Amino acid sequence: MKLKMLSIIAASLSVLAGSYAQASNEVNVYSARKEKLIKPLLDKFTAATGIKTNLVTAKADKLLTRLQNEGRNSPADLFITVDAGRLHRAREKGVLQAINSSTINSIVPSHLRDPDDQWVALSQRSRVIFYVKDRVKADELSSYEDLANPKWKKRICIRGSSNIYNQSLLASMIETNGEQAAEAWARGIVANMARPPKGGDRDQIKAAAAGQCDIAIANTYYYGTMLSNKKDPAQMAAANKVAIFWPNQSGRGAHVNVSGAGITRHAPNKENAIRLLAFLVSPESQKWYAEVNFEYPVTADAETSDMLKSWGAFKADNLNLSRLGANNVTAVKIMDRAGWR
Amino acid sequence: MSKQLEVNKLSVSFGKVNVINDISFSLAAGRIGCILGPSGCGKTTALRTIAGFQQPTKGYVLLGNKQISSPQKSLPPEKRNIGMVFQDFALFPNLTVADNIRFGLRNWTTDAQQKRIDELLELIGLKHLATAYSHQLSGGQQQRVALARAMAPKPDILLLDEPFSSMDIDLREQLAREVRNILKQENITAILVTHDQHEAFVMADEICVMHDGIIQQHDTGYNLYHKPANKFVADFIGQGVIITGEAIDTGKIKTELGIIEGSTPEGCQPGCKVDVLIRPDDVIHDDESNEQAIIIDKAFKGAEFLYTLRTRTGVEVLCLAPSHHNHQINESIGIRLDIDHLVVFKQ
Amino acid sequence: MLIAILFSVPTLTIFTFVFQPATDTWQHLYDTVLTEYLTNSALLVMGVSIGSLTLGVSTAWLTSLCTFPGKKIFIWALLLPLAMPAYIIAYTYTGMFDFAGPVQTLLRELTGWGYGDYWFPEIRSLGGAITMLSLVLYPYVYLLARAAFLEQSVCVLEVSRSLGCGPWCSFYRVALPLARPAIVAGLSLALMETLADYGTVSYFGLGVFTTGIFRTWFGLGDETAAAKLAALLLLFVFTLVIIERGSRKQARYHHTSNKYSQLPEYQLTGLRAFTAMLICFLPVFLGFLLPGGQLAYWAGITFDEMVDASFIRLTMNSVLLAASAAILSLALALILAYGKRLMPQKSVLAAVRISGMGYAIPGTVIAVGIIIPFAWLDNTIDAFTREHFNISTGLLLSGTLVAVLFAYMVRFLAVSLQTVESGLGKIKYSMDDAARSLGYTPTETLRKIHMPLMKGTLLTSLLIVFVDVMKELPATLILRPFNFNTLAVRAFELASDERLADSASAAIMIVLAGLIPVILLSKSISTSRAGHVKATRSQ
Repeated sequence: MKLKMLSIIAASLSVLAGSYAQASNEVNVYSARKEKLIKPLLDKFTAATGIKTNLVTAKADKLLTRLQNEGRNSPADLFITVDAGRLHRAREKGVLQAINSSTINSIVPSHLRDPDDQWVALSQRSRVIFYVKDRVKADELSSYEDLANPKWKKRICIRGSSNIYNQSLLASMIETNGEQAAEAWARGIVANMARPPKGGDRDQIKAAAAGQCDIAIANTYYYGTMLSNKKDPAQMAAANKVAIFWPNQSGRGAHVNVSGAGITRHAPNKENAIRLLAFLVSPESQKWYAEVNFEYPVTADAETSDMLKSWGAFKADNLNLSRLGANNVTAVKIMDRAGWR
Repeated sequence: MSKQLEVNKLSVSFGKVNVINDISFSLAAGRIGCILGPSGCGKTTALRTIAGFQQPTKGYVLLGNKQISSPQKSLPPEKRNIGMVFQDFALFPNLTVADNIRFGLRNWTTDAQQKRIDELLELIGLKHLATAYSHQLSGGQQQRVALARAMAPKPDILLLDEPFSSMDIDLREQLAREVRNILKQENITAILVTHDQHEAFVMADEICVMHDGIIQQHDTGYNLYHKPANKFVADFIGQGVIITGEAIDTGKIKTELGIIEGSTPEGCQPGCKVDVLIRPDDVIHDDESNEQAIIIDKAFKGAEFLYTLRTRTGVEVLCLAPSHHNHQINESIGIRLDIDHLVVFKQ
Repeated sequence: MLIAILFSVPTLTIFTFVFQPATDTWQHLYDTVLTEYLTNSALLVMGVSIGSLTLGVSTAWLTSLCTFPGKKIFIWALLLPLAMPAYIIAYTYTGMFDFAGPVQTLLRELTGWGYGDYWFPEIRSLGGAITMLSLVLYPYVYLLARAAFLEQSVCVLEVSRSLGCGPWCSFYRVALPLARPAIVAGLSLALMETLADYGTVSYFGLGVFTTGIFRTWFGLGDETAAAKLAALLLLFVFTLVIIERGSRKQARYHHTSNKYSQLPEYQLTGLRAFTAMLICFLPVFLGFLLPGGQLAYWAGITFDEMVDASFIRLTMNSVLLAASAAILSLALALILAYGKRLMPQKSVLAAVRISGMGYAIPGTVIAVGIIIPFAWLDNTIDAFTREHFNISTGLLLSGTLVAVLFAYMVRFLAVSLQTVESGLGKIKYSMDDAARSLGYTPTETLRKIHMPLMKGTLLTSLLIVFVDVMKELPATLILRPFNFNTLAVRAFELASDERLADSASAAIMIVLAGLIPVILLSKSISTSRAGHVKATRSQ
């Protein structure tokens, strides 16, 4: 009797639980990429394939916590994030599975994929130096390492150490120069800061343009969105006062990070997820990222935007991106020690 | 007359503290009873147990023929059909006088409600204030409304918890008389809890004197005064002092104020030590008397002076003397005992 | 009791991490940043206390006991900043007053100064954070202080005046001490919000407890050390709560008279009236009009792109969610507070206390504290049914609105509880007994007596929670189901992507939706002072 009752309850609950449990013609996305920069592509995907897309956006670490705790019942199929360190962390936490798609492997070069095929990059961006054209000459600049030189004392604007892009940049320094050199570099940067770190990447460019500092460190796409911001002339004006400088061109190349995605370990709709991934690395989607958010494509042959072309070609650091994740905690601790707030 | 309320071997404790210890009493229908005692004696707890706000640890309470409180089963207050008047009246400030009275009548028809309200407003003489709110009423008026509200549903018993304590002292007796008249007109069985014996005397038909969680005496006011059952009641009711003495013969007690005649307690052989209650009116001011005492305090009571005297042997007694006998403090006056009702306890 | 325990689960989940052995991360924190977190948090709390007390109490006094032109408007206008999310006001102020912002740029253009030639207050600093938080949190103090001033029996004020005390003297020596419990209660709400704030402090680059917790948890990936920080934060809060309790205990003896008549109103004229207007105008201007104007300007630019059909759905989502959370939280608070009144046992009291602590915990920490037990429960049920019935139940609670609402309850129950408790506290126990003796069960008594008597209080609770949920972000963000967005999520995603102008439409909608309840709220408070409703208060 009791068993019967229980089974009735269980059955009715499973009905209530809705469509997640059954595999249906849909794909569920946990995205750390903001809605504005993923939803339009998902809508295009649905229009092209008829597969329904469901989206939740939040910060990467919190999505990971959710994914991890939901375990084998998690409805998520695809995990998208905007930093290689987080992709690495997702892999370490064991919430992803191998993609094993020959289509994707044929499009995306191997250094932009996880060695075990747990994730794939969807777009590239570089973290570079911006200099105020009327106060700094391009030939004064050379590399990231050089920014710790006392000649830049009180001239650099860079955001806080809680920011993952800075953490990843420092992680790449640890990888190439070792921990001690990286810490010395971090201390040098702190000494050269024009003001205590605050605000986002755009704020650094704005502050440089306004005269608070001569050099700003920011991601390329922020510069792009500022340049193209017709609604806010002040932003355009600020961006026009600075120029982009590709550092370390004679060495390892400019620091590059990616946005990327992996298929979750218990994905109920794996096939659909692979189709979505393939769609996201297709030339059409890649072009969209280049045009809308000024990110570099992951495929060499994809069409980019005029803006990206105007910045010229550059040499990118070919460091295996998973190393950024591996060095992340060390980077944060170094920044704490160096007084980088 | 049938028993309306019966309290049987009731004990109540808070944690380990026994507040009420094995009390029993009953009250016949239509009677007004009173639980009288100093603060902390357990009287309010007894009332709240009858009302159902407190659970007994032992014993039971019967209302009518229904058991309403026992350690096993305690009917919630709202199921008991009791009425209660609170020390602070607890009128609902968001309701008018009429709606306060209506509050307990929700299962009545509208017509019946209105009839009852009119009847009660008439009874308490506040017909003109039916639509007023409590804060617009005087203390006495609030109290009458509280009474009417409690009586409205025709409860099996009405409980009054120190209903006059927030009133001016001058008004208390008058209000008590009014309330008694109202209760009697409605023929309501009621229990009053108070620490004021004058209130109790005016209102109640019978009084339980309570102390230390025990009922000391259950009797009429007259008997409590004149035939107290023990030293506590003797001391608590009325004024007086207790002096020690020794039985020297059947009916004769030797005290420091001379030999008193009267019945000695049962089982008291000559030579046994006793306590004698001396009321102020037992001590007569008599200039002829050999017994002299010094006035150590005096209070003017209109027709009389209440003197506090110290006898030669250092015993203090009270003496009520007509006010034309105006003596000064430290003056020595003659006294003698004239006791109508001798109250004496074996030590 | 059960409910209280249920809502303590997330808090306790966080605490379980505390008892795990210290990691070297903890040592690292201790060596490097812990002192900074402590000092900054303490300074922030102190600054916001001073700021919100100054703004809240002075305006409450002026609008309750003085008459001056525009008073009627100020009474509700002073509440408006409550509708402004702290991180939004931080973004707008930075946009306006930062070095690169229009104000300083204009200044430089006019004077020809460059960087370092002049002094200008730095918005993104500790002082700036204190200002921002004070500007949006002072309404809690104002709200409760004003209610307290209005409730004060006129007798004590008349006594003080008859003893030769003027209006100011009456204020300092009589009214202020009498209103202290209410002021402290309002302040403790403001401070708990301060301690839980993440958006403002992280945008301003301040190292405080919340930013430290996030950094440790997500940057260093060390839950244990993060939880230790959270526990320290809770200790902080607990101290605040105890101080607040202490002051409320005395409140019972505060009111001595039942008599309420027209309050004496000090007619202000001339310069004094002008000063009063200025004092009331400043917080409204700085906390609402100025940032609101900037938002409106931005929204005007981007409105065509940002407002579409989905925008209406966002608004609906936000409003419905906020309304249901407000009602649910009120219902729970009533059950808890009333349960406590009926059974004042220590265990019940403790459970109620703990469930009220959530207010000071950052939303994200609560969210994580919910994900863990909810997902565990779901997976356990699922495993059970799979094993016994070969049915997979999937996730029943995780990723549903139930989880989102649950998070709101954990977070905002304290607000409802505080208001309901103080409301219930004003109703004498004899009221309960009277109703029971007249044949009403406890539940009926609650409905017929307490709820009508507390109408103003209940509305206050509803509306504060409504406005808070409208603004709430982190828990919504992480716990929501697929394809479910709110205004706050939209505003934050855009703002945190440094697209301030684009986020303005959503932000302004939050403010507008919060506006209506705020106006209702002030109405309910003014009318609730009619002598007959509050006249119960005595002893």
